[in-house]
Amino acid sequence: MKNALIPVGLCLLLLALAALPLVAGAYLQGVLVGVMSAVVLASAWALFSGPTKYISLATVAFFGLGAYTVAVLADHVPFGLILIVAGAVGLAVALVVGLATLRLAGVYFVIFSFGLAELVRQLITWAETTLNKTLGRYIFIDIDARGIYWLLLALAVATLALRWWIERSRLGLAVHAIGDDETVARHAGINVTAVKLALFAISAVIITLAGAIQAPRWTYVEPSIVFNPTISFITLIMALLGGATRLWGPVFGAVPLFFFFEWLSVKVPDQFSVILGLAFILIVFLVPNGVLDLAQSALRRLGLPARGKEAPHA
Amino acid sequence: MLEVRNLTKRFGGLLAVNNVSFHLKTGEVVGLLGPNGSGKSTVMNLISGALMRSAGEVRVDGQRIDGEPAHRIARRGVARTFQLVRLAPSLSLRENVLLSVAFGPEPLWGADAVRRADAALDRVGLGGMGDRRVPDLNYIDQKRLELARAIATRPRLLLLDEWMAGLNPTELKTAIDLIASVRDGGTTILLVEHIMEAVRALCPRCIVMQAGVRIADGPTAEVLADPQVIDAYLGGAAHV
Repeated sequence: MKNALIPVGLCLLLLALAALPLVAGAYLQGVLVGVMSAVVLASAWALFSGPTKYISLATVAFFGLGAYTVAVLADHVPFGLILIVAGAVGLAVALVVGLATLRLAGVYFVIFSFGLAELVRQLITWAETTLNKTLGRYIFIDIDARGIYWLLLALAVATLALRWWIERSRLGLAVHAIGDDETVARHAGINVTAVKLALFAISAVIITLAGAIQAPRWTYVEPSIVFNPTISFITLIMALLGGATRLWGPVFGAVPLFFFFEWLSVKVPDQFSVILGLAFILIVFLVPNGVLDLAQSALRRLGLPARGKEAPHA
Repeated sequence: MLEVRNLTKRFGGLLAVNNVSFHLKTGEVVGLLGPNGSGKSTVMNLISGALMRSAGEVRVDGQRIDGEPAHRIARRGVARTFQLVRLAPSLSLRENVLLSVAFGPEPLWGADAVRRADAALDRVGLGGMGDRRVPDLNYIDQKRLELARAIATRPRLLLLDEWMAGLNPTELKTAIDLIASVRDGGTTILLVEHIMEAVRALCPRCIVMQAGVRIADGPTAEVLADPQVIDAYLGGAAHV
């Protein structure tokens, strides 16, 4: 009974989400794009960083690459094709970077991923000023907020479906083992480097696509806008708040935090960064395993039946 | 079955394993003995691919495995346990065993894999505990789980690194019977062990190392009576 209700409920939810922009005004459509983008970024980040525990701050490197691919190709190629090229660019960069760095452990990987985002930003700034002679670019693509929202919704569904599938496959088992102890994983026969690279690449392609899909919204882009490191930090904090190892965790973190940050930037625009930093610290201290984990243990303490931690493998 | 030839490992200026050679026949159980720091665990790590050799060769059934990454060596049917127990704490007991079943020599997935994993848990005395989590286990049960992960793939070569350390006499008896049953299943076993009772019960033959060098190799009783071995190994323990 319960098993049949879940897919039906999810389909209804999806239909409702798809219908939302039809009744929403221009402002609300913009909000919807923002929420859906946050959901995609947090879920894609968690796809790699959740189980492997490789905390990546490179989110914005791929996000910005996607946006820049659109900016460069906008006047020459149809949007659909641009998205494919953007995905390929994200994949290529992820494979090169991944091969070079996924051997780094712990804090070294965090620092590297942060450095990568800065490097990409500086490279593009350099290329634009020397080759193109100007820093910014204009994007004129005929797609409205609704179209962008639907594309992001489709990407969010694909990301969640992918995470659901990975969690049930032997790949999911391998990634969790890698997060626990790479030596154990290796001696069980897991090609640790290949698994990490695959997950990193999938995550990076989704993030690149998220940047590319949204690029037409900005009309004008320059490196400081699309390579803003705050995007990396916000993505990370959203995934952590919900619980990065759970399927729905990043969604439960992304939605409330998106509205919280929106509210902050309207109410206290000058202190935004300060409060962002405080929120970061509070989340890491108070809900290190995410709110879903917190809710589950609270239910258990009350003696109520709680659903098991992530579905079992196999 | 296992051929180790002129195996050498240098850590900077330290020669941890110095030109060690030995040979294991299929189905043999051999003890690798020696005082602490003599290079036993390093030899195990070199065979399993946890460490890269500086020189020498390792062959399993005639095929060279030295220089291969650990996961490929595991897929050739070489399984191991670790001196300090290593498990995946975020996974259930069943999933810990599934790891090697799903990625080992003959990868299985789905119902067959679960059956194989549960059978391995059963065999080491953890039957019916597949859904439990690693942090719930005491030290002995963690060691059992590690062995279940190693034997679930029916390995050709099993490397046990002080797997019986810390067991009480009853547990030791069970452990010895368990290892004997793995041997009877056709697995060749190389074990590093300080518990002489277990060595005498399981290993007709022993290899002794001291300071990275093989100093004896032969029938257990003879090797243990060798003056050089007594001096190096038992001599060191005599004042305990």
